[in-house]
Amino acid sequence: MKRLAPLALAAGLAACATSGTGNETASASKPDKEWTVPTGQDGNEPFPSTYRPYPGRPTALVGATVFDGKGGRIDNGTVLFRDGEVVAIGDASLSTDGYDRVDAAGKYVTPGIIDIHSHLGDYPSPAVDAHSDGNEATSPTTPEVWAEHSIWPQDPGFSRALANGGVTSLQILPGSANLMGGRSSTIKNVPARTVQGMKFPGAPYGFKMACGENPKRVYGGRGRMPSTRMGNFAVNRQTWLDARAYAEGDREKRDLAKETLVGVLDGDILVHNHCYRADEMALVMDMAKEMGYKVSAFHHAVEAYKIGDLLRENGVCSAIWADWYGFKMEAYDGILENAAYLQREDACVVIHSDDANGIQRLNQEAAKAQAAGRRAGIEISDATVISWITLNPAKAMGIDAMTGSLEPGKMADVVLWNGDPLSVYSRPEKVWIDGALMYDSMDRKRRPVSDFELGQPGEGDVK
Amino acid sequence: MMRLLTLAASAIALAATPAMAQDFALSGVTLATGDGSEPIENGAVLVRGGKVVYAGPASGMPETPIQLIELPADTWVTPGLFATVTTLGLWDVGAVSESNDTRAGDSPFNAALDVSRAINPDSQHIKIHRAAGVTRAATVLTNTGSIFGGQGTVIDLGDDADPVTTPRAFQVVHLGETGARLAGGSRAATYAEFANALREARDFANGRWDAESAMLTRADAEALVPVVNGRQKLYVAVERASDIRAVLGLKREYRSLDLVLVGASEGWLVAPEIAAAGVPVIADGLDDLPRSFEELASTQSNVGRMAAAGVKVAINASAMENPRNLNQYAGNLVALTRVPGADGLSWGQAFAAISSVPAEISGLAGRAGSLVPGAAGDIVVWDGDPLEVGSVPTQVYIDGVAQPLENHQSRLKDRYRDLDESDLPKAFDW
Repeated sequence: MKRLAPLALAAGLAACATSGTGNETASASKPDKEWTVPTGQDGNEPFPSTYRPYPGRPTALVGATVFDGKGGRIDNGTVLFRDGEVVAIGDASLSTDGYDRVDAAGKYVTPGIIDIHSHLGDYPSPAVDAHSDGNEATSPTTPEVWAEHSIWPQDPGFSRALANGGVTSLQILPGSANLMGGRSSTIKNVPARTVQGMKFPGAPYGFKMACGENPKRVYGGRGRMPSTRMGNFAVNRQTWLDARAYAEGDREKRDLAKETLVGVLDGDILVHNHCYRADEMALVMDMAKEMGYKVSAFHHAVEAYKIGDLLRENGVCSAIWADWYGFKMEAYDGILENAAYLQREDACVVIHSDDANGIQRLNQEAAKAQAAGRRAGIEISDATVISWITLNPAKAMGIDAMTGSLEPGKMADVVLWNGDPLSVYSRPEKVWIDGALMYDSMDRKRRPVSDFELGQPGEGDVK
Repeated sequence: MMRLLTLAASAIALAATPAMAQDFALSGVTLATGDGSEPIENGAVLVRGGKVVYAGPASGMPETPIQLIELPADTWVTPGLFATVTTLGLWDVGAVSESNDTRAGDSPFNAALDVSRAINPDSQHIKIHRAAGVTRAATVLTNTGSIFGGQGTVIDLGDDADPVTTPRAFQVVHLGETGARLAGGSRAATYAEFANALREARDFANGRWDAESAMLTRADAEALVPVVNGRQKLYVAVERASDIRAVLGLKREYRSLDLVLVGASEGWLVAPEIAAAGVPVIADGLDDLPRSFEELASTQSNVGRMAAAGVKVAINASAMENPRNLNQYAGNLVALTRVPGADGLSWGQAFAAISSVPAEISGLAGRAGSLVPGAAGDIVVWDGDPLEVGSVPTQVYIDGVAQPLENHQSRLKDRYRDLDESDLPKAFDW
């Protein structure tokens, strides 16, 4: 599909992207789906993306080891892109006539890295109270809030994720204080004056939910419901029942919270559920069946390895860290083999950051998880491991028809690494987004510097 | 387990020779000694009586009746990692307050707080970090009630009942944004509180401390005496360049202070001054975000630039998710040497920043963190380059004692090797 297709079509397509096991490469299409968000008085969808790709040169990366993002590897490969799109990938026999050739011998090429769980912009740097816009922690359910209304485009963290992490797309989520935290926003990692200028054209919205300790602690601590895990479920289920009643009505009276929930029930908005414990994830999947929606991914999911079979059967991805553990009770059973054990069950693995530093090293986190698997007797190819931070998050975010792998017609979101991306010693050398060169380690001016950093010590420094 | 002998007898308890220390010799490995030199191929290590006897080329190994263990060629041998600053042994679950001894904000005491008796050597975090190759650590409270955080302890991570290497090894003070908040809202208040505390400590040392007019408790005034007379190191947490200059200036007023900077994200801006003052730094290795107004100039090149200026730099274990990420952070600093315009460390320098340098800062120069003759037999055998992500220890020795590497996580790993419950529930798989 064309990636700049109207939102209605793109969202409908993308919403299906995570059906099935999560390891499928193609999305089923659902073209007759109607976008459920009512248009505004101006007749337009609210807060539409204004992002347009920047100009780029027809480029041929030649001689690299290429990981295509969907599990394939080409040694001494060639990657061609022009007009913002991948044209072809192949071996050395591919003609590069008409392209600027970049000698990539000894280097590596991957699709742009995708972080499914970030708070850049809604918990930006500097991390001062005035910037603390990630949790609308005034009610346990706030489906009416949208993360994009909190994102500060001048967060210097975006540039670090680009230059050190090769991150080209990311999902900005509300925090996890609430059972229902609000809508997420998927953005391209391109600097812009407005958040609309960063919004990923055609990406579906996500919906942030949270299990477990956080909601019951935040609200229980104030003497209100929920104060227990059973309270968490009761509030969630009643909220879904109320949303169903709204959905079955005429939907005429605008209601921001209900519109989001109905978007989920209609399959247009993808659920991203913060959840650590295996038993709790199993309960959530049953709640989703009861209420008629689907969980796209469990985030954090430190115990996912205990239920890899269930997660595969339900087609739910697990977005996880490589080695975080122990900081809270529900993180006590975190193990290094989480990703590998999920892969063993053929369940969908995504490595995420939830962190302004970790987003700069998703490739290294993936490598740690791979190595833990190898020691446990589970060999996972480098090319598959790269899919954990490219195509798999794209699927769970519903943007896999547009990016996440190096395939003809997809967005030319491309990273040239100066060495094996699964080595600690490698860094991005160049990063293209929609075919435009947005970072070049060899050119000190080809590096974004946010408004906040101008005139400050270290302006334009390597970071 | 044997503690390391030190000259400061007042601070050190002597202990018996370890009963289980093994004499052993490893050869055929890639060897890194931790002293800043680059790794060598076909190296060998000899440990006798819990101490390193030899580490160097296999060809130079002294004659020994000890059986030589030939290891696979891709094996690496290094000194154990030295983690500073940490809270290892002080907590089980971060958010479960009753299991967490890292904060004492409700205590009437501050500088007097001493974690040496609070360390739990059976803590899962100690077991997990031992399995990750950390053999010694400096552990201390997190500041909560006062600019003074209390006295830190140097521990080993051995599987025995006595974790303490050096109790009361250092005092912590916060003199940046955190210090300002704890002192009453301004850096001006921080320095007033700091000056008053040191004045009371001097008075205490001179027998002139007066409980009537004092602001400190007796215990806190007494605890700061070794700080003012330079017998106990003072770890000063600061980030901003101007704060670092102010701290270096304290030496003019308090000549005896034995200072160590912790954090120092803007250290590269004042690196020559830090080097000239001879003050070592426990630096946040990869901070590159302006997370606060005291870290505006932070860059991953900070450590490399300070080292190039002659500053002695260790990587701060408290500035990462877990101290077991120390080797990953060190590896990233090596990666920077291949990034145009960035400043990093050589492999040998980077490994020293997580072994010999933190050991030296912790008062254990030549006795831990490096494989020099006479140093503790803290040896880690790795399945690959220890700075590469994914490499892990296959064997860990502390004071020459082979260590168990099992823990809660490894047991979960074993149980969930498959999801087969056809005969019995997983609860019976142990």
